[in-house]
Amino acid sequence: MRTMSETQIYSLRVNGKLREVTDAWLGESLLYVLRERLGLPGSKGACEQGECGSCTVVMDGAAVCSCLVLAASAVGADITTIEGLTDGALTDVQQAFIDEGAVQCGFCTPGLIVAVHHLLDNTPKPSEMEVKEALSGNICRCTGYGRIFAAVTRVIDQRAQQ
Amino acid sequence: MSTSVVRTRRDTLGTSALRPDGGAKVQGSFAFSSDVWADNMLWGATLRSPHPYARIISIDTSEAIKIAGVETVLTAEDVPGKLTYGLIDSDQPVFASGVVRYMGEPVAAVAADHPETCRRALAAIRVEYEVLEPHVNPEDSISGSVPPIHPNGNLLRHQRIVCGDTSVTGPVMVECEYEIGMQDQAFLGLEAALAIPDSDGGGLEMIVATQWLHEDRKQIALCLGLPEENIRLTLGGVGGAFGAREDISLQVHASLLALRTGRPIKMQYSREESFFGHVHRHPAKIWVRHHASNDGMILKIEARMVFDGGAYASTSAAVLINAVTHIQGPYRCANAIVDGFAARTNNPPCGAMRGFGVVQACFAHESQMDKLAQACGLSPVEIRLRNAMRTGDRLITGQPVESVAPVERCIRETDAIALPPQMTSSPHELSLPGGSGRTADRSHIVRGIGWGVSIKNLMYSETFDDYATARCRLDNGVVTLKFATSEVGQGFVTLAPQIARSVLGVDTVIVDPMDTTIGSAGSTSASRQTWMSGGAVDGACRLVRERLFEHVAQQHNLDPLQLEIDDTDIIDTRGTLRISVSKASAGVAFEETFEHHHRPTEDLDENGQGNCHVAFAFVAHRAVVDVDTELGLVKVVQIATAQDVGRALNPLSVLGQIEGGIAQGLGLAVMEEILMVNGIVKNPSFTDYLLPTALDAPDVVAILIEEPDPQAPLGAKGVGEPPCISVTPAIAAAIRDATGRAITRVPVRPSDICL
Repeated sequence: MRTMSETQIYSLRVNGKLREVTDAWLGESLLYVLRERLGLPGSKGACEQGECGSCTVVMDGAAVCSCLVLAASAVGADITTIEGLTDGALTDVQQAFIDEGAVQCGFCTPGLIVAVHHLLDNTPKPSEMEVKEALSGNICRCTGYGRIFAAVTRVIDQRAQQ
Repeated sequence: MSTSVVRTRRDTLGTSALRPDGGAKVQGSFAFSSDVWADNMLWGATLRSPHPYARIISIDTSEAIKIAGVETVLTAEDVPGKLTYGLIDSDQPVFASGVVRYMGEPVAAVAADHPETCRRALAAIRVEYEVLEPHVNPEDSISGSVPPIHPNGNLLRHQRIVCGDTSVTGPVMVECEYEIGMQDQAFLGLEAALAIPDSDGGGLEMIVATQWLHEDRKQIALCLGLPEENIRLTLGGVGGAFGAREDISLQVHASLLALRTGRPIKMQYSREESFFGHVHRHPAKIWVRHHASNDGMILKIEARMVFDGGAYASTSAAVLINAVTHIQGPYRCANAIVDGFAARTNNPPCGAMRGFGVVQACFAHESQMDKLAQACGLSPVEIRLRNAMRTGDRLITGQPVESVAPVERCIRETDAIALPPQMTSSPHELSLPGGSGRTADRSHIVRGIGWGVSIKNLMYSETFDDYATARCRLDNGVVTLKFATSEVGQGFVTLAPQIARSVLGVDTVIVDPMDTTIGSAGSTSASRQTWMSGGAVDGACRLVRERLFEHVAQQHNLDPLQLEIDDTDIIDTRGTLRISVSKASAGVAFEETFEHHHRPTEDLDENGQGNCHVAFAFVAHRAVVDVDTELGLVKVVQIATAQDVGRALNPLSVLGQIEGGIAQGLGLAVMEEILMVNGIVKNPSFTDYLLPTALDAPDVVAILIEEPDPQAPLGAKGVGEPPCISVTPAIAAAIRDATGRAITRVPVRPSDICL
């Protein structure tokens, strides 16, 4: 089905490493390539139209929905996924999500964790409304967001005390 | 953000123990069913009908199978076993044959080397349809005015309730017809499964996200024509459920593809396909007339309830029974005459969603309570207090409410919660109705307050024995628990170890994978797993504790009945012995399995009389909303709630259920609806089907009413469904309060407010 003209070899810089993608159909999204070709299933797909934020990754400093990025167009970009946030220990955001009960089914969680890190990296002391607006692109169907706000508040308070 | 949580040293019952899967979930390493993978795997995909009702003239798969990378194409004639499946009535074809009855009905399936190849193969299948006029009005099913669209007829169920003296009338009468739109569960983790065939083709293993492993296995085995034991199911990580994973979706299709190709098959729906691939909440029209005395006491209820079940039965019959038996709400009522209908149409099939029939009934009865309050010159709180049900009161089915029924306390404690501050003179624009649309003008914004109170049955009804099984093994101080209970996010994996720690005084508890190598746990639905699987884990742990006490008693020449667990020790209540459980269990192993059954229930008779439910939970909600009366936009400011939980076994988890349920009830109140025009679904995407976001989330102030229920194994009632039930009418009532508009339909649309 997939002819030679439809496939390509290219490399993506993901979590600080250059990863070669071989025999990939050019129509594949970054989300698909991360999950199915590069062994990074932490980013989740739930809407395929950039509405739910489950697939959020950071690309050249911007939080993007990886379902909307054509993988082959991400060549040269610096991509960070949920798997690249730390090299083992939990981040303060991850720990706060656990401690505050912000995780239920967990499907939205990786995207939210990436989004919260991105928010706090760029706005270390966001207001309540800034938090809500920043996270309004990440849909959570289980929690009603209350525990998620509690987790973010905890991290903001913790970082302020450091 | 309003409820603080106290954590104690040991994660026993009553503490806010943390999720054991939390670490994996925050790191993205938790394996959801869409994350599993196998060598030599193929992708599966489904071809679905674009028409709500059509004859299939022919299906030509010859072009599809020629495509490089396509391994097989299956249609109805390739189903080796039973041609239909279904949760209560098995009336839905595995693949449509001869006719399609709803938009999105499966017609064929393909297996190929890449999702894109699958898409091209589906596009290459030629199906010739003779399009028919769809039957979309449930009233036509009731009147019999359209020919049957299914061999089983167009009426899925009719149930009447006749209670007390139906000739009674009241000096005060209020009546109205209410309408509830079709809501989608919209779990985030799309339907997904990996099916791995046995090398001899005689069975398979499946990793799947589901609410009920054993029910899936039964239905898969029947359709494959194989013995159940040849089908082995393991729970894949489940990304939410809310009722939508109680029915079969892709399980049978993936199994057929795996057995046909002899290769592992991964199937995963897109969001659009998910909207067609699972059942929804029933849209309903409910007419109610209340008769009351001048002082607001309910004398009689008359109701006619029509539920659109869509093309196939699913759980419509049970949803309808919940609706008709809950139409009185949590209020005393001696006389009633109710007619309920679940109708088959060419709309998408409807079935289980959180609240299961009670959501629709509650919107009607709570709207009526406000009408009654107005007619009697009472406040919404006073009318509800005067009629509030108590333990021992009877439902209109004649069933006594034996559950603890703290309805009055739920109302009073909710009423005592402080109202939110008035809007400031310069509010943040995102906090206004319309939010990020930044359209609101403060001069058009009016605040309103509304109430909702509800009763919800727990567990399955009408003679169904939905038991749960659990095994406990104590080996050298370590407990291993085994059960098939679907963890869908609700937190049974957190609770089960808490039970074991409390009963056995251990700290290390391992939860084995959930699969079909142990007996059924029943479905993760109907607010039932804490009660049912919790009861099973508790029972298994207690049996092991008996064995442990016998072992210790024998060693120390004591009567085992004298022994008790104290924290992590075994103590002799009549002597001085104190020995740690880990020491006492060194070198020994005990294993016990326990099945928990709830008390038997009865069928309803032709007059709707009978003890058909197991138990009940109650909750009150008060909503505060800001409404832009010019644009018809709503911002829910605060939800205050007091919920009857029996006993909060994990307060943090309970709070999570309450806040999450409220968000789903808010969605039904003001934004969530699957829009249909003549059977065609117009908005099967997250762009067009609106879900509450962080900016829509109200401030939730929750009080947990803890009056342990003696019927519940752990004193705890199910807490999953009640939060999403009466919050919807509370928000609708608050919009009425703000606007003076009738608001007889949810979701409330801008045009309902300002046109």
